[in-house]
Amino acid sequence: MSCGEPAARLLEAYLDGELDLVRSLEVERHLEECEPCSAALSRHRALRSALRDASLYYEPPKRLEDRLRTELGKGSKAAKSGGLARWRWQAVAASLPVIAALAWALVAIPRGPSNDELVSQEVVSAHVRSLMAQHLTDVASSDRHTVKPWFNGKLDFSPEVKDLAGDGYPLVGGRLDYIGGRGVAALVYQREKHPINVFVWPEPDARAAADGESSLRGYNVIRWRRSGMRYSAVSDLNPPELRELARDLQR
Amino acid sequence: MREAARVSGEVVEVGRRHDMMRLRAVRPAATLLRPRAEDSLDPIELERFERTLLPHMRAAYNLARWLTRTDQDAEDVVQEAYLRAVRFFGGFRGGDAKAWLLTIVRNTSHSVWQRGRGAGATVPLDEDTPEVEDAALGPEDLLLQKASGQEVREALEALPVEFREVVVLRELEGLSYKEMAEVTQLPIGTVMSRLARARARLRLGLQERLRGGSA
Repeated sequence: MSCGEPAARLLEAYLDGELDLVRSLEVERHLEECEPCSAALSRHRALRSALRDASLYYEPPKRLEDRLRTELGKGSKAAKSGGLARWRWQAVAASLPVIAALAWALVAIPRGPSNDELVSQEVVSAHVRSLMAQHLTDVASSDRHTVKPWFNGKLDFSPEVKDLAGDGYPLVGGRLDYIGGRGVAALVYQREKHPINVFVWPEPDARAAADGESSLRGYNVIRWRRSGMRYSAVSDLNPPELRELARDLQR
Repeated sequence: MREAARVSGEVVEVGRRHDMMRLRAVRPAATLLRPRAEDSLDPIELERFERTLLPHMRAAYNLARWLTRTDQDAEDVVQEAYLRAVRFFGGFRGGDAKAWLLTIVRNTSHSVWQRGRGAGATVPLDEDTPEVEDAALGPEDLLLQKASGQEVREALEALPVEFREVVVLRELEGLSYKEMAEVTQLPIGTVMSRLARARARLRLGLQERLRGGSA
C-alpha cells in the first residue's frame, strides 16, 4: 500500500469499518510504518470524537409519535370497508401474538432459573451459527475504536469494547446478533485457534438472571452482569481460560 | 434497489404536488396530507407498518431536523414521510427498514429545500469542488476535540446540505456506505468522495471557529 489519494480513501474506509479483515490488516501494517498516514488517522479520529461528543442528535418531541399514530390510525379506519366480519377475524389474528406472549410470560416467570437456561441455549446457538455461516464478524478489526463506533445507530445501546491482546485474547471484531427477542452486540475474541463470542445487551433488572456457568453441547458459557449490561461469553475454549477472559472483561 | 428508485421517483412527484398545495396552505399541513382511503392499510398491515417503521422515528426526525433546520419543518417532514411510507409499504419487501424510511425522509426534505426554505447553501457538486488538501491541515487539527458542542453544531450547520447529509447519515446515524448509497441514491464511490470532502470542509470550518475567526 502506498500513500496518496487512494490511500487516504482507504484510511477513511478503515475508520468507518468498511474494510474486510485482510484489507484492515494491510492498513494497520501500513499505519505502523507510515508517520503521515497515522497522523491523518488521528486527525480523522479527532473529528469523529468531536462529532460524537457534541450531542448533535436531535431528539423528536414526545408529541410526534402520538401525532403519527393518530394520523396512521385515521387512515386505517377509513379503509375498514371490507366488512365487520373480516375485520373481527383480523383483530383475533392480530391479538394471537399477544395471547401467546402472555401465555409464555405466565409459564416462564414462575420458573426463574430456566430463563438462564433458555438464554444460554440461544447464546450457544448464536455462537454455532456464527461459525457455521462463516459470518463471525460484521466489522473485522482489532481496534476497539473501530469496533465500538461501528455499533452506533445499529443498536439502542453502546457496548463497552476492550482489546485484551495483552492478555492473550486479541479482539477480532464485532457483529450484530439476535438473542432473547432483541438485537445484541457480539464481540469476537480469539484464543489461539478458539473463537470466542461475547454477547452484550442491556439488562436493567439485576434479578432477571443469575451469574453463572454452564456447558451445553460441548460449548462453555459464562454469564455475568455488569453496569446494567448482561454479558455471555461462549466458546469451545476450556472453562479456566474462558473464566480468565471473563475476569479480564470485568476488570 | 430498483424498487427503491422507482418508489422514490414517485415520492418526488407526490412531493411536488403537495408543495403546490402547501404554498397556499396554512399550518398544520396534516389535514392536507391525510392518506386517501385506497392508500391506507388494514389493521394487520398497519400493525406491521408500525412495528417495522415507528422504531426508526428518532432517526427520521434527526435527519429531517438536520436537513430542514427547524423543528416545525422537521416534524412536518417526518409526518409526511410516514404517510408516503404507508402508500409504498406494499412494495417494501422487508430488508433495511431504516434505510428505506430515511430515503423517503430525505426525498421529502428535498422537496422542502427545493422550495428555497431551510436549505442553506448548495454547491456545484463533486467534480467542480476543489478537494481540500489534507496536508494543508495543521497539527492544531488534533485540538478539534476541544471544540464545544455549539461550535461543532454551527460548523455542521454551515456545510452545504449535500455535505451535511452524508455526515449526519454516517456519523450520527451510523449508516454503512451501502446504506448511504441507498438513501442518497448515489453510487458508493460518489458517497465516499462526498463524505471525504464533507469531512475535510467540516474540519476546516471547525478550525476557523477555534482560531476565533468567523466563517
